[in-house]
Amino acid sequence: MIEVKDIVKSFDGTVVLDHVSTTLEDGKVNMIIGQSGSGKTVMMKSLIGLHRLDSGSILYDGRDIARMSEHEIRMLHREVGMLFQGSALFDSMSVLENVLFPLEMFDREMTDKQKEERARFCLERVEIAERAYHLMPAEISGGMQKRVAIARAIALNPKYLFCDEPNSGLDPKTSLVIDKLIHDITREFGICTIVNSHDMNSILEIGDKVIFLRLGKLEWQGNRKEIYTAQNEALEDFVFASELFKNVRRANS
Amino acid sequence: MHILQHIGEYTLLMGKVLRLPDRQRMFWRQYSRELEKQGLQSLPIVLIISVFIGAILTIQAKTNTENPLLPTYTVGLLTRDTLLLEFSSTILCLILAGKVGSNIASEIGTMRITEQIDAMEIMGVNSANYLILPKIIAFMSMMPFLFIISTAAGLIGGWGVGAFTDIITIHDYLLGVQYAFNPYFIWYAIIKALVFAFIITSLSSYYGYTARGGALDVGRASTKAVVNSNILILFMDLILSKLLL
Repeated sequence: MIEVKDIVKSFDGTVVLDHVSTTLEDGKVNMIIGQSGSGKTVMMKSLIGLHRLDSGSILYDGRDIARMSEHEIRMLHREVGMLFQGSALFDSMSVLENVLFPLEMFDREMTDKQKEERARFCLERVEIAERAYHLMPAEISGGMQKRVAIARAIALNPKYLFCDEPNSGLDPKTSLVIDKLIHDITREFGICTIVNSHDMNSILEIGDKVIFLRLGKLEWQGNRKEIYTAQNEALEDFVFASELFKNVRRANS
Repeated sequence: MHILQHIGEYTLLMGKVLRLPDRQRMFWRQYSRELEKQGLQSLPIVLIISVFIGAILTIQAKTNTENPLLPTYTVGLLTRDTLLLEFSSTILCLILAGKVGSNIASEIGTMRITEQIDAMEIMGVNSANYLILPKIIAFMSMMPFLFIISTAAGLIGGWGVGAFTDIITIHDYLLGVQYAFNPYFIWYAIIKALVFAFIITSLSSYYGYTARGGALDVGRASTKAVVNSNILILFMDLILSKLLL
């Protein structure tokens, strides 16, 4: 569980996160949503420890990231998996080597055979066919790259999984596959998953907890079902901006 | 950006790079890849350029020493010393800054803008150490060999002038190559080459690692890496020559 307590972050005098407090729970998909410039990315980077806060605290199961040294943050990062918007697969390594990388870097207990078995298990879990294991990232599709990136992110059994715009650049069908995968893996391994997203489908499909930011402030939080009945004008404007989602809302309420 | 800021950032980066690797096995794997990429793949261009420069130096030396008062071995001696003292250490490194330096800056720059370096950092990997240290150590360990190969190839180029033209006899050329040889020149050149190898790899890595934006910025980082490596190589050449000769 990650507890966010009254965090403030500013750049050159401009407040980007303004006294935000929330709790991100284990075994749930916690989604951070909001318009461009609302502070989502800064919040995610602050959560990971890439930004130092002006004030407030972020507690990873009681451990305050603001009080950690650089070395302690690096140790904490070994409990974190991250899915980047552009997948960020290492393009000089094959699919299998990408998933093996964190295991070879940090796991000192497994044998080489066990590491390979673990990497293969993760790739099978995200439904990557064996014939693709030795292909390079540039040789596979965007959807497959995302799935390999998920496999790499879960290779070390992370406690926390961060996903930055996981459906960016994917077609609707592939987006559904990725959403389902994130949802299932979160449940299966009891991970605290944090997703930064613009995708309304994802929010309404897998958002166990939805945190809506507006101009750096926490405007609303609740679960995906509560969105339909939320009495918040800014949230309504954001989530139900299109006719399609207005119809979805009507159908659900 | 202010030059002092660059120096500060470069120093901080080197502080992260010059540490013991987290995993020795991963380091040696990267090191062997870099030996092949930075060293062995540079061999063809080193050979081609050195043979031609050796031959050209011999022809030019002959043209400039057409004087009955000068001994006939002067051409071989001039070719050898020019190759040893300047070409195979400094000029070769200026050329390799173009090949190896731009390769390193664009590789690391691309990894930076496609978030591959961020991915490593978030895994808890010291990305600077993992990516840059093997490049520096590999190129520095290949540089003495490249220097020796370049010198040998240059001398062979000069010998070719004697063998295939009537500009100089092979006997006179070989006499000059062996005349008044000072072995310290080899150490002087190797020390210079090692310093230049460090400059090329570390400076190019710095420009790649700090690249921001898109493909254009990676291109700019690559250009800056080559230009600034060349300037620093020439500057250090001046200082080392004053100190070591």
